Amino acid sequence: MRALPANFILGAVLVSIVVGIAALSLVWTPWDPTALNIRNKFADPSDAHWLGTDQLGRDVVSQLMAAARNSMAVALIAVLAGGAIGVSLGLLASALGGWVEDIVMRLADLGFAFPALLFAIMLAAVFGPSLTNAVMAIAFINIPVFARVTRASANQIWTRDYVAAAQAAGLSRFAISRDHILPNIGAAVIVQATIEFAVAILAEAALSYLGLGAQPPASSWGRMLAEAQTLMYLAPQLAIYPGLCIVVAVLGFGLLGDGLRDITDPRLSRARAA
Amino acid sequence: MGYFLLRRTAGFIATLLVVSLVVFGIMNVLPGDPALTILGLDATDDALAALRTQLGLDAPVHLRYLSWIGNALQGDLGQSHSFRVPVSGLIAERLPMTISLAVAGMLLTIVIALGLGIGAAARHGGPGDWGVMFLSQLGIAIPAFWLSILLVLLFAVKLRWLPPGGFPGWSDPVAAMRALLLPTIALALVQSAVLARVTRSSALEVMRQDFVRTARASGLSRRRTLWRHVLPNALVPIITIVGMQFAALVTGTIVIENVFYLPGLGRLIFQSIANRDLPTVQALVMLFAAIVVTANFVVDLLYVVIDPRLKARA
Amino acid sequence: MNLTYRPATALGLILGLALAGTGVAAAELVVGMQQEPTTLDPTADATASIDAMLTQNVFESLTIVNESGEVEPNLATGWEVSDDGLTYIFTLAEGVTFHDGSTFDAEDVVFSFDRAMAEDSVNPSKDIFKTIKDVRAIDPRTVEIELSEKDAFFLFNMGQGDSAIVAKETVDTNATDPVGTGPFRFDGWTRGDRLTLVKNPDYRDAGDVALDRVEFRFISDPAAATAAMMAEELDAFPGFPAPELLPQFEADPRFNVNIGSTEGEVILAMNNAKPPFDNPDVRRAVATAIDREEIIEGAMYGQALPIGSFYPPHGTAYVDLTDAYPHDTAKARQMFESAGIAGQTMTLRVPPFPYAMRSAEIIQSQLAEAGIDAKVENVEWGFWIDEVYKQKNYDMTIIAHTSPNDMGNFARGPDYFYGYDDPQFTALWNDIQTEADPERRNELLRKGQQYLSDQSVHAFLFQLPLLGIFAKDVEGYWASSPVLYMPLKQVSKGG
Repeated sequence: MRALPANFILGAVLVSIVVGIAALSLVWTPWDPTALNIRNKFADPSDAHWLGTDQLGRDVVSQLMAAARNSMAVALIAVLAGGAIGVSLGLLASALGGWVEDIVMRLADLGFAFPALLFAIMLAAVFGPSLTNAVMAIAFINIPVFARVTRASANQIWTRDYVAAAQAAGLSRFAISRDHILPNIGAAVIVQATIEFAVAILAEAALSYLGLGAQPPASSWGRMLAEAQTLMYLAPQLAIYPGLCIVVAVLGFGLLGDGLRDITDPRLSRARAA
Repeated sequence: MGYFLLRRTAGFIATLLVVSLVVFGIMNVLPGDPALTILGLDATDDALAALRTQLGLDAPVHLRYLSWIGNALQGDLGQSHSFRVPVSGLIAERLPMTISLAVAGMLLTIVIALGLGIGAAARHGGPGDWGVMFLSQLGIAIPAFWLSILLVLLFAVKLRWLPPGGFPGWSDPVAAMRALLLPTIALALVQSAVLARVTRSSALEVMRQDFVRTARASGLSRRRTLWRHVLPNALVPIITIVGMQFAALVTGTIVIENVFYLPGLGRLIFQSIANRDLPTVQALVMLFAAIVVTANFVVDLLYVVIDPRLKARA
Repeated sequence: MNLTYRPATALGLILGLALAGTGVAAAELVVGMQQEPTTLDPTADATASIDAMLTQNVFESLTIVNESGEVEPNLATGWEVSDDGLTYIFTLAEGVTFHDGSTFDAEDVVFSFDRAMAEDSVNPSKDIFKTIKDVRAIDPRTVEIELSEKDAFFLFNMGQGDSAIVAKETVDTNATDPVGTGPFRFDGWTRGDRLTLVKNPDYRDAGDVALDRVEFRFISDPAAATAAMMAEELDAFPGFPAPELLPQFEADPRFNVNIGSTEGEVILAMNNAKPPFDNPDVRRAVATAIDREEIIEGAMYGQALPIGSFYPPHGTAYVDLTDAYPHDTAKARQMFESAGIAGQTMTLRVPPFPYAMRSAEIIQSQLAEAGIDAKVENVEWGFWIDEVYKQKNYDMTIIAHTSPNDMGNFARGPDYFYGYDDPQFTALWNDIQTEADPERRNELLRKGQQYLSDQSVHAFLFQLPLLGIFAKDVEGYWASSPVLYMPLKQVSKGG
């Protein structure tokens, strides 16, 4: 077995930290992240409050932990939902080919005309801003990404001998997609999902910063930054921690995705399959 | 060439039409009743009926869509619900702000990215290369709005060299440029991280080719080889990314304008959302999507100018 | 505290005149404004920023209220009152023209009041004209106003933006193109961004006006307001939204900081017309659930005085009722439970003012502790005016009532957005309004405060301070504001 690439190891470590903290926050945070204690606002770091308190006396560490949980949840739901639809569309396009493939791919192109921000803006204007809308917007932009990756990988598999054999044996295109195509493109989809996880975290933070995502009192790194911006003259440190958390999480998933790609290099996977 | 242009242009127009259908669909069909969206659930029937008439919601959906598109082609983007003036006027007032920011951001992105990318490629494998790669990885992970906040913290709050936001207008050009400096940097740094990576790998690929070695062997200096031979040949993939990035950059201005409180289209979108001014939001979203689609179209055309071989494939 | 502006004003005026006289540079003032109105007619909309920008600058009224709250002559150069206090005869200023060139005379006054008093009038303070029986033009320069009963606030109210004198020819376009008689003319309005005024060269005291051009920039976000001041994009921000940043500006030699008082009572308004807030016990439970000290500390950084009823602490009839419902979460929870509404969700629609948005977050948390789930909705001002104020479509909201002598709001009946209709208070207010003796009126005002506190019509939070930040070279701004306007006539820049 080859040595694991450095980006994979670093990414895995960062991701473990972020996911671990998010999971921990489900059962324990040092304080209630939403409990106000205004008489103790802007407290300096201490044994009680490791990173101090914010403008309403809320514990910063507890808020960062709760925000990690929310961020992971948003990214997970958005990537799973967008991924499921995108992979299905990609498989469909690849299996049927012809005009179906053409239409799906044109629509996928179209998806790129709508960055998550524009989509979230439309949803916020129509339904009012909410975290649900942010999740929907992020999920939506994931659909074309996954559809493309899936179709490209699946088209390669369809040319394999064993697929031709299965077709000759009378298996339906649906059955082949399920039994032969999907398992073989799994690696590519998982690599993409890891990278999209990083994109989703970044998008959630941006949308919440702009007020289109998490609403008070829900904790979010983006929202914490928006609040800290007003207080830069008083408590600049509040504008530092949430940003660092975002960078660590995004960098972690990004490196992990790159690392996974290096490990599951297409040439190697082809060698294995043969 | 003529046939190619025709095909691409037709595709471009078709895409714009579909985009307009999506925007119109989400803003008008999805919620069922924009009047209800604007007024809220407890609104009286009279108020709703009056607003429906005012918004032209009495007509069937497809006629409304057609009149929206028809009017838009004549420069009439509808009436702002909250400000009660034509949306096109609101946009015209703010367009120069957004364009100045986007163009300045794009130029700075290209300068930084080409410099870093080519530089890294020239020192391939060395510590400089490694440093550029690390920085660009970090640049991709840093949200533009946080970078902006950090820049403001350092240059406006601590050092007080530059204003923390706002735009005084072009009547005082020096003040205007000072106000645009931080937003431009914030906009460009993150974008150039992506572009620098592409430039580097693209340049590396070209440098492996024979004619570069020949050029070097014939006594051309390293620097001249890089800029004369490597860069022009590495341009095709760079242009693709620049096109995609222009789209990202234009939507990036929405975020940056809100971080630095610049009175451009991005601010207007958020004011309109809070005002539940659906006609204005609809017009602005369509405008931004159209810019993105147009940028991609222009990139397609540029390909052919730079690399005529692609025409055959078109 | 900066209360030394008076001599400075004189100096500023002299300097301003000197500059104007030598034609060195056009004096232009750029002013930050937190709130953008949706219309520009002060006689048709309650938005305070219309008055802040236009009243006594573009529009004038018969009288004018000065910084100390005293009534002074304005378009009326003088007046006589009959012995029974029911007839007022106003003498009008001579040679006054509207900005469109037409002449101002008694007919304009009659028109303006008839319009404000009409059945279909949309005047936001229609009630202040309730006591007027008749308005007659005696001759072009004399107007007689007859009252149906004595009105202690009459002359004061004649100086408010609601009583601005408008011309018949231009009244229909005042919403977008205001035409008045004041020292400044309306120049332009870029929605969502700025509004500009230019000096009116035909103004009767044009020589005393130092500024040539005034530009208002609409900036509601406190961070943006700070950025704009720091960038010297603005010369003045007379109603600065971020109290936490005052020390920052005080320490900066480029600025003067002023902390004054306003007539703005900040309330957590409850929709009395709708369940559950039609029940006084529920309203009392809300008053018990909130912790004023915490709100003031958290939202205003301590820069505000608590109020227990609807009357400013600097007023002569003030009674301290802040202890009427001591903060007690457990008791509030019990009260909500016995009213059967514990665990209910209700909306808290918040206008885009930092004092309101910040208070909302704290109140949301305090109500949550007492078992009520308040859903905070941040909305823009135009939306708030339409939906909350006009349509009464809300459960709770937070708003500052910045008009003077505005306890009468509670006597406005079911059509006002409070949804509070109480004959007992209406009768009491009527007594207050017709009581000419100041001491007896103060006694009644004290009774009124007590009554509103007993009924707990709203949760009364704090008195809005007037936080002003000015570039060092700006002179002549009021330190406190007894009315909604801040005349720019005596403001100057440069020196």
